[in-house]
Amino acid sequence: MRVEQISVFLENKSGRLAEITQVLADNAINIRALTVADTADFGILRLMVDKVDEAKKVLKDNGFTVGKTNVVAVEVPDQAGGLASVLKTAETEDLNVEYMYAFVNKSGRNAVLIFRFDDMDKAIAAMQGAGFTLLDGAQICGL
Amino acid sequence: MNWEEIEKLPRPGLESIQLQRLQKLVHRVYATVEPYKKKMDEAGVKPGDIQSLADLRKLPFTTKDDLRDNYPFGLFTVPMDDVVRVHASSGTTGKPTVVGYTANDIEMWASVMGRALAMAGVTRGDMVHNAYGYGLFTGGLGAHYGIEHLGATVIPVSGGNTKRQITIMRDFGSTVLLATPSYALNLADAMADVGVSPGDLKLRVGIHGAEPWSENMREEVERKLGIKAVDIYGLSEVIGPGVAMECLETDHGMHILEDHFLPEIVDPDTFEPLPYGESGELVFTTLTKEAFPIIRYRTKDISRLIAEPCACGRTLVRMEKVTGRTDDMLIIRGVNVFPSQVEHVLMGVEGVEPHYQIEVNRQGNLDTMSVLVEVSEDVFSDEVRVLENLTKKIQVEIKDLLGVTCAVKLVEPRTIQRSEGKAQRVIDNRKL
Repeated sequence: MRVEQISVFLENKSGRLAEITQVLADNAINIRALTVADTADFGILRLMVDKVDEAKKVLKDNGFTVGKTNVVAVEVPDQAGGLASVLKTAETEDLNVEYMYAFVNKSGRNAVLIFRFDDMDKAIAAMQGAGFTLLDGAQICGL
Repeated sequence: MNWEEIEKLPRPGLESIQLQRLQKLVHRVYATVEPYKKKMDEAGVKPGDIQSLADLRKLPFTTKDDLRDNYPFGLFTVPMDDVVRVHASSGTTGKPTVVGYTANDIEMWASVMGRALAMAGVTRGDMVHNAYGYGLFTGGLGAHYGIEHLGATVIPVSGGNTKRQITIMRDFGSTVLLATPSYALNLADAMADVGVSPGDLKLRVGIHGAEPWSENMREEVERKLGIKAVDIYGLSEVIGPGVAMECLETDHGMHILEDHFLPEIVDPDTFEPLPYGESGELVFTTLTKEAFPIIRYRTKDISRLIAEPCACGRTLVRMEKVTGRTDDMLIIRGVNVFPSQVEHVLMGVEGVEPHYQIEVNRQGNLDTMSVLVEVSEDVFSDEVRVLENLTKKIQVEIKDLLGVTCAVKLVEPRTIQRSEGKAQRVIDNRKL
């Protein structure tokens, strides 16, 4: 149960994020979630969108370096301890989190946690084994 | 004949020495080094064809490519048992250019370097602060042996640790400074920081080379250190430092030690020899080297030969300060850097032809090099760690290959300007 995420290389210069979101808007691509990892010299934009392949293509056509990665989306109740319980499982299973970000769905009852683990197969098995709900791409777009 | 007499010989006398040595060299090289023999045969020239110095033009040129093709020792003319030292400098790609010396070569090098120092007024009584790097680079050791040969005292301080250098200069009473011009300026600025003024030092003369420098820089070195600054020229393929040197009587041109190194200026496009006074590519033939003689080596340095008599009385022809290069070689903090070397590293790391640009700046008195690399899909990752490791790896490999520390900056695709479809590889912002 993997979800595709796209990532874009960003130089630290003004207007780049605006340009990316405009390209997506012009192509009627909806952003479900995003996060920017930044260093002193560059940034990496990670995006969950409704049309992954199309987003990748239009960004590439506009001169960006784009990657596609598999991540896991875990749905947890939006209440204290939601994230902690997932991380507890990851720790028990000796899984390393490369990065993560989260958003709350429209109903407000659940939170969606996006993870990139060092060992994705093991992570999926562990999360499912621990009884967590994993979402697929269509489900995320439907939220 | 002692060297003072040789340096003041009327030209016909000097030229007859040069011709005898050239003829001997060509015979020996033809008989002992297969690649030279092959090139001469292809050009249809035999050693016996060299009847005058003007016949030099019949001989084929030697280039850095020849050195690379015969890496590492293929152009040596003596068995390795007779080679007592090797030095190496940057090749145009991964392989360095290797040169070798017999015991006689080391002795000859020490003597020409000693004579060069004497042109700058250095004597046995001097305390010589040698801040050229010691190692594979010919600068440090080449100067070192020349200083000892002259009988002066050498302080083999090498490069780096600037504050300690200033303390040593003050406490030991250094009278002569050997350093790249940019390092001399760096020392001058650091002196101000540690509260040492030129008046606290006994420095009298600075001998600066191994990188391009302007008359403005000379004026700055002289003013900040309170010394007379002179220019020295050399390159490892010919011998190292001590090929040509400015005397104290002129600030226009360096006397070439012509009894050992035969200069020519050729048209950079047609390679036809040009008369004295005309600007072109500098070409050298070594007349007396044993282990690694070189015939008509194209230096890629642009200069001019000056035949007018010098006030010092030496009849040795002078070469003008090098005004440029016929190739894209950069000199960063005294180290030769070819863009093709950087490309070689990037290809190794990325596995594909990279889009990159080298940016050179002078911050304070030191050159800095940045390499901008466009991030392709092949190397891109959504993990910061992976991209940071990539920049670190490029940095380490460039340092390993070139010996120069550089900054590596990842940039977006198509950020590097392309003119007529070809990227501009080098942006040199230094104002020399």
